[in-house]
Amino acid sequence: MNTRTRRLVATTSVVALAVLAGACGAGGKDDDDKSGGGSAEVGVTDDSITIGGTFPLTGVAAPGYSEIPTGAQAYFDYVNANGGVNGRKITFLVKDDGYDPTKTSSLTDELVLKDKVFATLGSLGTPTHNAVVDQLNDDEVPDLFVSSGALAWGDDPGSHPFTFGWQPDYEIEGKIIGQWVSENMPDAKVGLFLQDDDFGADAEKGVREYIDSQVVETQRYTSGNTDVGPQIAALQASGADLVLSFSTPAYTALGQLVSLKLGYTPKWYVSNVGSDPNLVGALLDQFSKGAVPGSASSLNGVMTSEYIPGIDQPDNPWVQLWKKVWDQYGKDGELSNYRIYGMSFAYTFVQALQAAGKDLTRDGLVKAIEDKGADFAGPNLAPYRYSSDSHFGISGMEIVELEDGVGKPLTDVLTTDVGDADIAPDDSGQADDAPPASGMPE
Amino acid sequence: MRRLAAAAWRITLTRHLVTAAAGLLVLVVVMESVDDFRAVQLTEMAYLGIAAGGLTLLTGLNGQISLGHGALMAVGAYTTALLVSDDPVVPLVVAIVLATAATTAVGVLIGAAAARLRGPYLAGATLALAVALPGLALHFKGTLGGEQGLRLRVPETPGWVLETAFFITGHDLTRSKYVAYIAWLTLVVVYLLLANLARSRVGRRWRAVRDDEVAAELAGIHLGRARVSAFVVSAAAAGAAGSVMALAVRLTAPTGFTLTLSLGLLTAVVLGGLGSLTGALVGAALLTFLPSVITDAGTSMGLDDIAAAELAPLVYGVVLVLVILLAPRGLVGGIEAGWRRLRHHRHPVVPPGSITTSDAAPSRAPVATSKGDSR
Amino acid sequence: MQQFVNTLLGGITLGMVYAAFALALVLIWRSTRVVNFAQAPMAMVTTFIALELIEHGQSYWLAFVVALVSGAVLGAVVERVVVRPVEGGPELNAVILTLGLFIVLHAAAEVVFGNRYRSFPAAFGIRGMKVGDTTIALTGFGIFTILAVLAVMALLVLLFRFTDLGLKMRAAAFNQEVARLLGVRVGRLLTLGWALAAVVGSLSGLLIAGGSLVSPSYMDTVVVYGFVAAVLGGLDSPVGAVVGGLSLGIALSFVSGYVGSQLVALAALAILMAVLFLRPDGLFAPARERRV
Repeated sequence: MNTRTRRLVATTSVVALAVLAGACGAGGKDDDDKSGGGSAEVGVTDDSITIGGTFPLTGVAAPGYSEIPTGAQAYFDYVNANGGVNGRKITFLVKDDGYDPTKTSSLTDELVLKDKVFATLGSLGTPTHNAVVDQLNDDEVPDLFVSSGALAWGDDPGSHPFTFGWQPDYEIEGKIIGQWVSENMPDAKVGLFLQDDDFGADAEKGVREYIDSQVVETQRYTSGNTDVGPQIAALQASGADLVLSFSTPAYTALGQLVSLKLGYTPKWYVSNVGSDPNLVGALLDQFSKGAVPGSASSLNGVMTSEYIPGIDQPDNPWVQLWKKVWDQYGKDGELSNYRIYGMSFAYTFVQALQAAGKDLTRDGLVKAIEDKGADFAGPNLAPYRYSSDSHFGISGMEIVELEDGVGKPLTDVLTTDVGDADIAPDDSGQADDAPPASGMPE
Repeated sequence: MRRLAAAAWRITLTRHLVTAAAGLLVLVVVMESVDDFRAVQLTEMAYLGIAAGGLTLLTGLNGQISLGHGALMAVGAYTTALLVSDDPVVPLVVAIVLATAATTAVGVLIGAAAARLRGPYLAGATLALAVALPGLALHFKGTLGGEQGLRLRVPETPGWVLETAFFITGHDLTRSKYVAYIAWLTLVVVYLLLANLARSRVGRRWRAVRDDEVAAELAGIHLGRARVSAFVVSAAAAGAAGSVMALAVRLTAPTGFTLTLSLGLLTAVVLGGLGSLTGALVGAALLTFLPSVITDAGTSMGLDDIAAAELAPLVYGVVLVLVILLAPRGLVGGIEAGWRRLRHHRHPVVPPGSITTSDAAPSRAPVATSKGDSR
Repeated sequence: MQQFVNTLLGGITLGMVYAAFALALVLIWRSTRVVNFAQAPMAMVTTFIALELIEHGQSYWLAFVVALVSGAVLGAVVERVVVRPVEGGPELNAVILTLGLFIVLHAAAEVVFGNRYRSFPAAFGIRGMKVGDTTIALTGFGIFTILAVLAVMALLVLLFRFTDLGLKMRAAAFNQEVARLLGVRVGRLLTLGWALAAVVGSLSGLLIAGGSLVSPSYMDTVVVYGFVAAVLGGLDSPVGAVVGGLSLGIALSFVSGYVGSQLVALAALAILMAVLFLRPDGLFAPARERRV
């Protein structure tokens, strides 16, 4: 062999070794078939169910949202300690995608192909979840209760039969606040401050159904760019005296901060997902070292909406249940609205598992939610809309004004649906539900 | 017969073709012995490897640095995503070729600008490119999908592919493995072309320009042309890589092409050894498979999951700095040097020319030679 | 009109920060012919040190000073331990090395401080000033930013023009061999140059963080804008860096306010390419031949 041959042989063997090392190195072989016993469904055994979800535990969307999976986890621990569902304990795998859609895609591959989850639950974010919704439906993995109000989760069960929304979609939130403004502030000049994706677009669609002519300016921010000065300056220049803000919590805080800098004092409405007074207040408090009135009161006078009871209602039986669960099974930190949110969809998930019965299959779970989901009791103020034609979740909300962190209702619970459905006060009595004594759905 | 084989072996193309065929064989064996999740990881290794292969020629053979290869991959990925939407305009192979062509065109533009810059100026300008280009996707939201990017569905695997695969391996080909095969076939084709180019006259010109501009110019080499051609070839590889990435990730969004990607590619080629295709592949393998090992180690050391996930880039960064300081030839270069020393020890008489004729650089390319540093 | 004034004022404040950052790059370039791409994460790390102190109840100003001092230490250590071996070697190695440092510091900060957004307080008011009955976007902290950068510039001019040390540093930067023959201890001065530059870089980090959100990657785009500003002024000229930073800040602020914030980085790239083609030596360097 001459030198070249030798080198070539060496090169080839290095390549082969690298590929082989890659193939069998990191992590070792996967377990062949985890499902023992009678059940053949992926991720389900006689005594366990494995599910997972992607959440931003780091990055610009992490404040607040990173607490959601801890709430869900605490509730599952509570359920597991009380015997699980049909004798099966729930394992909830949480992956951090940093609100980066590209990462969401590869992490979902990991959940489905490597961890072999039965379903995904509560995966968070509009741009992020958009990246994987096709993937999950192609693989026929139930994709439950996405933590986002985009229309894409519920409006097309034909092409996304395995995906379900949970919270009210952004279009009906836009419709409800739009109608309220047209009736109560008909002279207001309205500015829109929107996240530049389906979140902002869906909400804008709902708002414009009622007050298209009142909107004087629309500004969009890109998640990740923390300089919103130019956008707020443009809203100010337009003379808008009511700003409807569909933003995540960090951007609500940045918007408030820049307005302060510019001396801009319109009336604000902040979307439910970005309006947690404690979180936004804490962010603002730190910015200014006390120059802005501290914590929760910094959002005084700001309007928002509610669709589940939050920590501002300590006497609500649901909140008392969540408090009990968090005290027993919570990790670090206090109970927050985000943790309550996580517990609430976890509760709905347990309900769905029960409805699907002892022989748990992916198809069976989807069918159970479609058939029985509209009648699920729970903390939601308005009923779910689940059926074989619609995978939308909660159908309504009430508008509130914040006062020292407490929401004072300005309206009844109003329900509606996407499109030209009317807005009407809810008459189902859903808001009066109380949890069963066991704390588990019955 | 032996002599005939030896003669054929001496022809570069034959050698490379034989290597490629051997590589394909290994590929099929490996692919059939792994599960779907490993196949997905191997796909990632393939597209990183393709891009790193292009970058290693640019930086190792021609001495130009680029922090903008992530942006070039974005060009390839977006082109692919536009061509292969829910209702594919063209077959998959054509889409990959077109994406490569589009990126090549962009590469001509950038290469022409880059040929006038060197060292830190080139690094700074390509850095700005990496940061700036995703902004276009946000601006042209209608076509390029903005923040949410473009979703892509890999078309149904063609029937004849399924049948062939079943005929050879005896079981059904899954979608993940189909994509993995596409990725690795692309890699083999790209590497074959790059290896031949590096050994050709073009490659020798690139090296001449890198080693000594004045001498190269005296020898009649057009400096600008040599630089631009190196950049264009490298851009084409990045385009093919981006195209494969779009198929693998099934989403093309600005967040996929951040500075982290460009820096990761640079890390891969420096770790592997600048100028060496083998090194680029090893670097890509490290980039793909090492993080989970490091993260597991971090978790077992008591770090929480999130901190442990950040350990991998930390290790890469430290190793990158150490390689530059201690072993500028990278892993492959270092191993080869050790191997040769061992051999010299055993055979004191070295046939003349055996080292000096050594080819596509891995054995002797100093990391980034500058003027006066050539040997 | 109000929007125009506010966009301009925002641009000036931001421009001063870019100027400080560009100044840091220029100081290092002059002494060691290295563009320090790790300047951004170095400033980020010192800002996080300040934030940790503040969150543990220390005063803003103590944290401010500690951050600057730790910047100096970090700069000196980096020069001595990491950069020294490649100084004068192939320039590609130095570039890759500072990029390696970029990755290391970034990842280390994510492990130590966590990869999340945290709010960083401002030392002065963050309410805009009232002129008549309109509010303009000039805050107390904005004024402090402008004054701080001007003061640093003045101090540097004093140092280089009127002190013995400054003269030696200029000599060492101008021609190491000659300076060495003249008895100047070049090695020490190079270390000092890096330390000084890191202090200025840390200052820019603190100024841009004030009253905003910080995360381990909050300085990443600043390194691009700082580099563009430095090239705009000619990498060798401190005054050029400041003017370059200021004009870049204003230009980008108008792009953001009137065209779209997503195009800001692209505008910076366009400006960079235009300058490199039309005046490769920057706007402030004396005309002479140089290959870039």
